[in-house]
Amino acid sequence: MSTATLAFEDVIARYEPVIGLETHVELGTVSKMFCGCPTTFGAEPNTQTCPVCLGLPGSLPVANAKAIESTIRIGLALNCSIASWCRFARKNYFYPDMPKNFQTSQYDEPLCVEGYLDVAVGESTVRVGIERVHLEEDTGKNTHVGTSGRIHGADYSLVDYNRAGIPLVEIVTKPVPGTGALAPEVARAYVAELREILRTLGVSDVRMEQGSLRCDVNTSLSPAGSRRWGTRTETKNVNSLRSVERAVRSEMVRQAAVLDGGDRVIQETRHFSETTGDTRPGRSKEEATDYRYFPEPDLVPLAPDPSWVEQLRRELPELPAARRARLQESLGVSAEDMVQMSNAGVVDLVGETVDAGAPVGEARNWWLGYLAQRANEREAEPGDLAIAPAQVARLVALVAEGSLTTALARQAVDAVLETGQDVDAVIAERGLRVVSDTGALERAADDAIAANPGVADKVRGGKTAAVGPLVGAVMKATRGQADAAAVRAILLRRLGVEG
Amino acid sequence: MSDLVRLTATEIAGKVTSGEVSAVEVTQAHLDRIGEVDGRVHAFLHVDADGALAAARAVDAKRAAGQPLGPLAGVPLAMKDVVVTEGLPTTAGSKILQGWVPPFDATITRRIKDAGVVILGKTNMDEFAMGSSTENSAYGPSHNPWDLDRIPGGSSGGSSAAVAAFEAPLAIGTDTGGSIRQPAAVTGIVGHKPTYGGVSRYGLIAFSSSLDQAGPFGRTVLDTALLHEVIGGYDPADSTSIPQPVPPVAAAARAGAGSDLAGLRVGVVRDLGGEGYQAGVLAAFDDAVATLRKLGAEIVEVSCPHFQYALPAYYLIAPSECSSNLARFDSVRYGLRVGDDGVNALEDVMSLTREAGFGAEVKRRIMIGSYALSSGYYDAYYGQAQKVRTLISRDFAAAFDQADVLVSPTSPFVAFPIGERIADPMAMYINDLCTLPASLAGTPALSVPCGLSENLPVGLQIMAPALADDRCYRVGAAFEAAVEPLSIPEVAK
Amino acid sequence: MSRGLRGHVGHRTPLGGLARPKSGGQAPVDSEGVSDPTASAAGRISREEVAHLARLARLAVSEDELDLFAGQLDVILGAVARVGEVAAADIPPTSHAVPLTNVLRNDELSPCLPREAVLSGAPAVEDGKFRVPRILTEEA
Repeated sequence: MSTATLAFEDVIARYEPVIGLETHVELGTVSKMFCGCPTTFGAEPNTQTCPVCLGLPGSLPVANAKAIESTIRIGLALNCSIASWCRFARKNYFYPDMPKNFQTSQYDEPLCVEGYLDVAVGESTVRVGIERVHLEEDTGKNTHVGTSGRIHGADYSLVDYNRAGIPLVEIVTKPVPGTGALAPEVARAYVAELREILRTLGVSDVRMEQGSLRCDVNTSLSPAGSRRWGTRTETKNVNSLRSVERAVRSEMVRQAAVLDGGDRVIQETRHFSETTGDTRPGRSKEEATDYRYFPEPDLVPLAPDPSWVEQLRRELPELPAARRARLQESLGVSAEDMVQMSNAGVVDLVGETVDAGAPVGEARNWWLGYLAQRANEREAEPGDLAIAPAQVARLVALVAEGSLTTALARQAVDAVLETGQDVDAVIAERGLRVVSDTGALERAADDAIAANPGVADKVRGGKTAAVGPLVGAVMKATRGQADAAAVRAILLRRLGVEG
Repeated sequence: MSDLVRLTATEIAGKVTSGEVSAVEVTQAHLDRIGEVDGRVHAFLHVDADGALAAARAVDAKRAAGQPLGPLAGVPLAMKDVVVTEGLPTTAGSKILQGWVPPFDATITRRIKDAGVVILGKTNMDEFAMGSSTENSAYGPSHNPWDLDRIPGGSSGGSSAAVAAFEAPLAIGTDTGGSIRQPAAVTGIVGHKPTYGGVSRYGLIAFSSSLDQAGPFGRTVLDTALLHEVIGGYDPADSTSIPQPVPPVAAAARAGAGSDLAGLRVGVVRDLGGEGYQAGVLAAFDDAVATLRKLGAEIVEVSCPHFQYALPAYYLIAPSECSSNLARFDSVRYGLRVGDDGVNALEDVMSLTREAGFGAEVKRRIMIGSYALSSGYYDAYYGQAQKVRTLISRDFAAAFDQADVLVSPTSPFVAFPIGERIADPMAMYINDLCTLPASLAGTPALSVPCGLSENLPVGLQIMAPALADDRCYRVGAAFEAAVEPLSIPEVAK
Repeated sequence: MSRGLRGHVGHRTPLGGLARPKSGGQAPVDSEGVSDPTASAAGRISREEVAHLARLARLAVSEDELDLFAGQLDVILGAVARVGEVAAADIPPTSHAVPLTNVLRNDELSPCLPREAVLSGAPAVEDGKFRVPRILTEEA
């Protein structure tokens, strides 16, 4: 096998990618798909189980109405047709994370079919066809015990069924050809947009890092100009937006190298590694799996009332694309900004901050900047931070009127996140305000000059850019409560240099 | 043998309610009877003397406190081991579940307990209810009280044997293709397969989900009906449970016992009889039809041309569903584990466990089902069998246009000797010939004793449309009142 | 919520069986290329096919059993193939005996089992989880 790494540009020059995505979404229902056990993440192992989700002999499933409703709403939001009659089916295969050794799923009669999702990438829009949206149950979780911590080379494994039976919606795209060099970004943008829709619908917490949104990415290459699609691989465990993009890119590069070497791409399941950023083959099975699907006899057919489906359609919330268009218009920001805010999950937060009185630019900068950073550190979404858009707007106003510097406002944010108190309360409590006492600042400036004669001489010699350490010293002396620009001006004046 | 065990369930309940006997006395009498005879009959896999006596004491305490008792309070019952019982071992007659103690009750277990019916223990059965003789039990066969060398029917043969041997006045069976009706027939007792969806399946260890149905056994039609009313009715835990009240089966049994059948049209199914049926069975059946005519029923002959395909359709649908239902027995969460030597991988341990834990018939059916569901075969086998199912339902619909109930022999044979058919699966399968159509159509059917052939009981099957279970009981009770009761089986003399 | 689904009971004739690809190459194909697995009368199932089914069903059957089961399955499959005699092209399949639709539960919690009860029947347990031997194949 070729180990030479191709440049992405070379891949694109010779091959045309076709991508496809299968996304699994754990629904945010209170109870599981077929029983009344809770769906909360992170509980002690096997404490959220009952005879049904453990598959104990004699137990029977009863379908969760809310999960059916959520699936139909997802289908409607993705412009799908909703089946007027359909059944669940059993997908039969043995795996220890499946309590019954079959998965209750849907086979040839999914709830939703034939939809699409328009995805914006840079200036262009790509229409991704939706093949089907169906409902199934999640599996339990295996932990592999041994030096490797992975399935290979493990001594034994441990199984926790808390996750087993959580409603899982599978959204399958049609193959997406013709995206060329944009393929990795289209894949990422599709997942990002889908996530935004799911969030807007309120059907899932869409936490990729917790596995409530999981992606399998199909990739194939065909020689440029060829009409035949190449053999595809399915890359599993692609569990962040960034990974979706990287997985497509790395699989394109890998397949191109295989094809360049005169070999054939093998149709197989591959696994994405977050650490190395590339894919490795899964262990191939001895014989092709035959899932022996048949209609689930323990569940009766679903026949959603068309008038109810229409009602759900009417009651859909404003979807992200429409909301973005509206907000872009009312906020007056660029399409690119909108995409950026959308990918970061802050469109509504920015909108609400603006509604609370902040200028759009400031609101955008806060949510995409310092607040996004704080959220990231906490492995949380910006919307989960314990600070409300109105509080952010208040900080913006305080900075604008000069009561706070940006640095002080950041301290205030940290205090709010830490204590859950209101902005004004933390400012009062911690004495966060700009030191505007000119006399005090001048004394601090003189101290700094005296303590750093070398630096002072440089500045006097005309190198005004060297004043930084002196500004820092003054800021430190005033515990960050001075306006840095004002301090700089004072320093330069006292050193006899005009700013 | 205490006289208490000779009583019907109705009589026992009356005496317990009036205070003439205590539930504890009744229960102890039956436990004694089990101790006396079950070594030979082997109806029970597990006898729960302590639990039974505690349940009986609770009934007596309730009566002493002046609280109202249900119509079967204090009556002992034998529970087929395919029904899960919290805290009581439940094996479904399989080695793979040896020692498993369920942490929950089946809905019908709960209803039986709530009704003050006393569960004596769990009865033997063909493994996972697959069979017609109990010879497929991993724990050895049960014996027919009429002739201990013969089979008591199956798969609910432990339950039928227990009732026929006076070890219990009532029992629970399950019927997927005839597993209540055929054992009732060959042991000379009454058994009913309710309308599919009429009795909750929650807590029945599934064999074939679209066919399985629990139902009552008794020595009289009324006893059987009273137990039906205890276990029947809507259960939100079973998605296929019919959201309607239980048909008034006890009232129908009472009404039937005291009246003729004038105005009733009884359809004799031409396609269930003739070649392949034992002469003695056909003779007893003809006598039964004559009795029904004497009771004033109008006898019509009906044709159900697709019933001949019931057996092939059933032996595709049931194995297909069982291949999936039994996949959960994999050594991970409960039950047997074989071959976990620290070297074997899980896949091998699963295969070794299932190989060791399942008997030959179960393995055969799992493989037949896996075959029938495989891609490439599905349409010709499982798909086609489901179409046959539709045609059988249509045959029933047409027949019920001409008749209010349909009758046939329950089984083509009387009880056969243990060992006679065990090596030949097809010879075993034809036991179900008469019972399969109602199973596939989901319609109710009752088996009531209709005489002896070579001193072995013969059963009359009475079939009705879905949800008209009460018709089976009405006709069954009228018939029962019109004929001489069977003599007492050998083991009870 | 889900007004349109709750308590709606009605019959709807199923819309045909599960269509599935005829690929897989296991079914005999007649001269017109139409797959008819029930066409041949004998030799319906080979020893190798039984071995394949046993693997699919996770049954470690012995060599002797393979011979026994191959013969028996052949006879049984020959008998059940009779369902193919019925002309049923336009007949809808029955997957459920009861004509119910939309049987659903509200999204509400009910009690879980205590963990001791969950694990009580397990062959092996560690750290509150079910312990199993090492797994060879990766998740499907």
